Amino acid sequence: MLLIRCPWCGPRNETEFHYGGQAGVTYPADPGALTDEEWGRYLFVRANPKGGWEERWSHAAGCRRWFTVRRDTATNEWSA
Amino acid sequence: MNRRHRSAGRVDRARVLRFVFDGVSYEGYPGDTLASALLANGIHHVSTSVNHGRPRGILTAGSEEPTALVRVSAPYVEPMRTATTVELVDGLVAEPLAGRGRLTGPDRARYDAVWAHCDVLVVGGGPAGLSAAVEAVREGARVILVDERPEPGGSALDLGTAFETRDLIADDLAVLRSSAAATVLSRTTALGLYDDGLVTAIQRLTDHLPAGAGGTRQRLWRVRAGRIQLATGWHERPLAFAGNDVPGVMLASAAVSYLHRYGVLVGRRAVVLTTNDTGHAAAATLGAAGMEIATVVDTRDAYPVIEVFGGTRVRGVAVGERRYDADAVLVAGGFSPVLQLYAQAGGRLRFDGARGAMVPDGHRGPVQYVSPLPPPSHVPALQGGYVDLQRDVTVADVARARDAGLRSVEHVKRYTTAGTAHDQGKTSGFLTALAAGTGLELTTSRPPYVPVLFAALAGRDRGALFDPVRQTAAHDAHVALGAVFENVGQWRRARYYPRDGESMDEAVRRECRSARSSVAVMDASTLGKIELVGPDAGEFLDRLYTNVISTLAVGAIRYGVMCGVDGMVFDDGTVARLADDRFLVTTTTGNAARVLDWMEEWLQTEWPDLRVWCTSVTERWSTIAVVGPHARTLLPATTHSLPFMRWQDAVVAGLPARVCRISFSGELAYEVSVAWSSGAALWDAFVGAGATPYGTETMHVLRAEKGYPIIGQDTDGTVTPHDLGLGWAVSTRKAHFLGKRSLARPDTSRPDRKHLVGVLPDDPSLRLPEGSHLVADGVPVGHVTSSYHSAALGRSFALALLTSGRHRHGERLHATLLDGAGLRTTSVTVTSPVLYDPDNTRRDGDAPEAVVSLPDARPAASPFAAFADRFAAVADRTGGGVRIAEVPLGAQLTVRGPAPMPPNTTIVTATHTALWLGPDETLLVSPAGGDLPRPPDDAWSVVDTSAARVAIAVAGPHARRLLAFGCALDLRPDRFGAGGCAQTHVARTQALLWHRADDEYLLVVRPSFGPYLADWLVDASAGLSTAATIDQPYGQFSPDEHTRMKT
Repeated sequence: MLLIRCPWCGPRNETEFHYGGQAGVTYPADPGALTDEEWGRYLFVRANPKGGWEERWSHAAGCRRWFTVRRDTATNEWSA
Repeated sequence: MNRRHRSAGRVDRARVLRFVFDGVSYEGYPGDTLASALLANGIHHVSTSVNHGRPRGILTAGSEEPTALVRVSAPYVEPMRTATTVELVDGLVAEPLAGRGRLTGPDRARYDAVWAHCDVLVVGGGPAGLSAAVEAVREGARVILVDERPEPGGSALDLGTAFETRDLIADDLAVLRSSAAATVLSRTTALGLYDDGLVTAIQRLTDHLPAGAGGTRQRLWRVRAGRIQLATGWHERPLAFAGNDVPGVMLASAAVSYLHRYGVLVGRRAVVLTTNDTGHAAAATLGAAGMEIATVVDTRDAYPVIEVFGGTRVRGVAVGERRYDADAVLVAGGFSPVLQLYAQAGGRLRFDGARGAMVPDGHRGPVQYVSPLPPPSHVPALQGGYVDLQRDVTVADVARARDAGLRSVEHVKRYTTAGTAHDQGKTSGFLTALAAGTGLELTTSRPPYVPVLFAALAGRDRGALFDPVRQTAAHDAHVALGAVFENVGQWRRARYYPRDGESMDEAVRRECRSARSSVAVMDASTLGKIELVGPDAGEFLDRLYTNVISTLAVGAIRYGVMCGVDGMVFDDGTVARLADDRFLVTTTTGNAARVLDWMEEWLQTEWPDLRVWCTSVTERWSTIAVVGPHARTLLPATTHSLPFMRWQDAVVAGLPARVCRISFSGELAYEVSVAWSSGAALWDAFVGAGATPYGTETMHVLRAEKGYPIIGQDTDGTVTPHDLGLGWAVSTRKAHFLGKRSLARPDTSRPDRKHLVGVLPDDPSLRLPEGSHLVADGVPVGHVTSSYHSAALGRSFALALLTSGRHRHGERLHATLLDGAGLRTTSVTVTSPVLYDPDNTRRDGDAPEAVVSLPDARPAASPFAAFADRFAAVADRTGGGVRIAEVPLGAQLTVRGPAPMPPNTTIVTATHTALWLGPDETLLVSPAGGDLPRPPDDAWSVVDTSAARVAIAVAGPHARRLLAFGCALDLRPDRFGAGGCAQTHVARTQALLWHRADDEYLLVVRPSFGPYLADWLVDASAGLSTAATIDQPYGQFSPDEHTRMKT
């Protein structure tokens, strides 16, 4: 079980968190201006690297804050 | 036939233990294992192999044992154990195991689990582990050492090492035992290593005690460690030759261990086979102790063809042309460092040719192997015989796998089953890799390292404590009315209330008739409720809901639908405007937490500029639905002219209440909300005044008759509002709402999407099973989502999702069903989903003839009211070590705005306490009683959440130990001191843990979780009161506490 560092509450068990997937996927400012393909890409296409990437978590059972961390998907090592 | 050496060994010969194996009585000594006691009685043949039915003996003296499998039937029952790990107790009864163990019944012993934290976890209590632990303690680290044997010492005890080494061990143990920073856990085997330094270990607490010792049998430790040092030593390996499975063939190191630990000589005359120097040393040791050594074959010199003769016991050995009489063959085949935990961490191994062993290639993150590497060894060729003794896999079997083209040892493992037995290839893996010729790779190591009972993994999460049961405030009243309950998420909801032996259908028909012809009441308290406060609340709700909310007048209520960004229906419910800047949103029962998370996600991550704050008030309010044409008779006259979809404050049965005119049945209906703790009182007042109680089944029938969908039952994440016929609730005026763009995709406007329809079976008495397929001309076109008998319609009916359904009303289809007559089809007719009162003529009910005057309700009730005796018993049983009691929290406010204290702390004043919930969220409570606390002037949002939380105090010198059974936080005072608070999991609930005073913790929880948590605490306290565990330190206590527990 991962030990995730909540920026507010410190290290807590993974079971206290909800996963939010890839970080930095911004909701389009004007969804109506996007083509179907562009909208489909926003909805469904995400990176899936082996190695480091930025992902979002929410401390659901704690302070309920969303935050972004960097994790190596192959080793589960965290980096700042 | 006594094979004891006259003096060697560590068993206590002053006392004799009697045991029975395979129906025969034998004697042994305290300190024996079942294996050593059998060997002392001259018995090697212990089990029968799983596939070939061959006699098998004892290969090892430890938990790596592949063959000596037994069933234990007294004093405890365990269907499959290795004799080398069963500690001998008086009255032990065991039988040889042929093949696999079989469960005979539920395991009624007590198991539990505990969380612990340390800087350094040392696995293995031999000389290397003890010195690593002492070194870490001297560096100031907190240390936990686990050792699977009954006493620390490891290889020093196996080898009977010189006194100087034993003195060193004694010194190390003395250091650890006197240190408050060290915890030594014997009879504890590390099972698995997981991310971020989490190690699980199983501690065996009672099997070595006399029968009836009681208490916790096994405890699962979950240890978070900064560093993990593996002092796990090596396992000796056998060699592969003809007859290498005959009982009496044993590892040379095991024979030495049986002599030094148990004083047992495993044979009279032995042939020793060795690949290294240790075989010669073993021969010398055993020879000096009185065993005759027929010959020592050193494969470094020559390795003639070996063949062992004998059936249930070695009789002789052919070494090339020579034949020796012998009753034991002692094999020193080289060593494999014990690296399973290292490999589980992702550590790489490399082959060390000189040592003939797979050794660690450096260290892996915080995981390090600290035992010495094994001595040099030759790796001889495989002659024949077995590689995996438990799975009956031979050298020839592995060769066949290779010939079949398998090139990876992982594939060979799956093809032959080598390494898949209870021992996971500890002694056989290296031989399998050699035989496979795939370049010396070992298969992946997975937890658990040794077999572990499912019951031990389940711990106390069994039976009633398997998962929290959330109860409404009126739960006991439903029980008293004979309700049959159903689970909705974790909630337990009354499904129907049978009277006088009614079936469910009969009860539901009666309840439906009451709701449609007079007045009936349902406990709707489980609906999610969220209060939104702030100047932008209307704008925010416009973005979340498909329809317009911001135009709602204060005092009005609107139904709304929420979609995901994919345009699919996510939740629905009502929104009431309480004030210009204040709304109350209701969600479906199962989606309450998800909707709140959804709101927070958008506010925090996409729209932080919106000034609106969300607070859950689900358990602020108990809500009773009052339904039926006579509903007004139960409500005060001030509410009788309340229009549909409006709310007002009122006093009902003497209770301050919010009355909403909302209908989920088509009838005149009100939802009456009072403080959560008054829910039972309000319920009793309505039922006492003659309202018919009804449950969720009747609610489902009533809403389905009106064609109202239930999100999650009639939808499945592929359904748009238009598919449900809710297009009227989707704004075409709004420029934007979540899901709007997806609703403009070609796919969501296809005419052949599935639509919600009604379905009437030709046979009006037939209720279609939910999930039945609808078939047109042999092609599946939809499925039934809800199906009931209807009292109002006098027949059965169903709701279904049907391709192009909106355009097929009147069409005839077939429905499949599987019943006593087998799989068959039946004819049905498609209709509109609205089957009852399509013109909404029932909505306003009847004018009341006489209003019932409800007596003032009785006082509010606590969810812990029934627990007083059990809480008192805990204090008695633990000698005051733990005291549990309810603590009233008084009036409560949830304040959004800059928190006035550092994270996870509290501010206590004479009248109120402020608890940190988040960087902009604070809970104010009033344990001293009195009025609502005054919110800070700079607050953005203030919501009265009185009654939405309750608290239990856990106090006393062992309070922290009790919490460690269910709380993963590091609770040591220097990490979580008095005055701290933390929202976390305790047992299987979310709790706000408030460290109010040195010896006192408050568990602040939602009242629906109260009974579960109280049950759990009472149950867990039993884990403190066993003699076997009370003196067991936990590695997370201050020095004085530690001393107190040790003395």
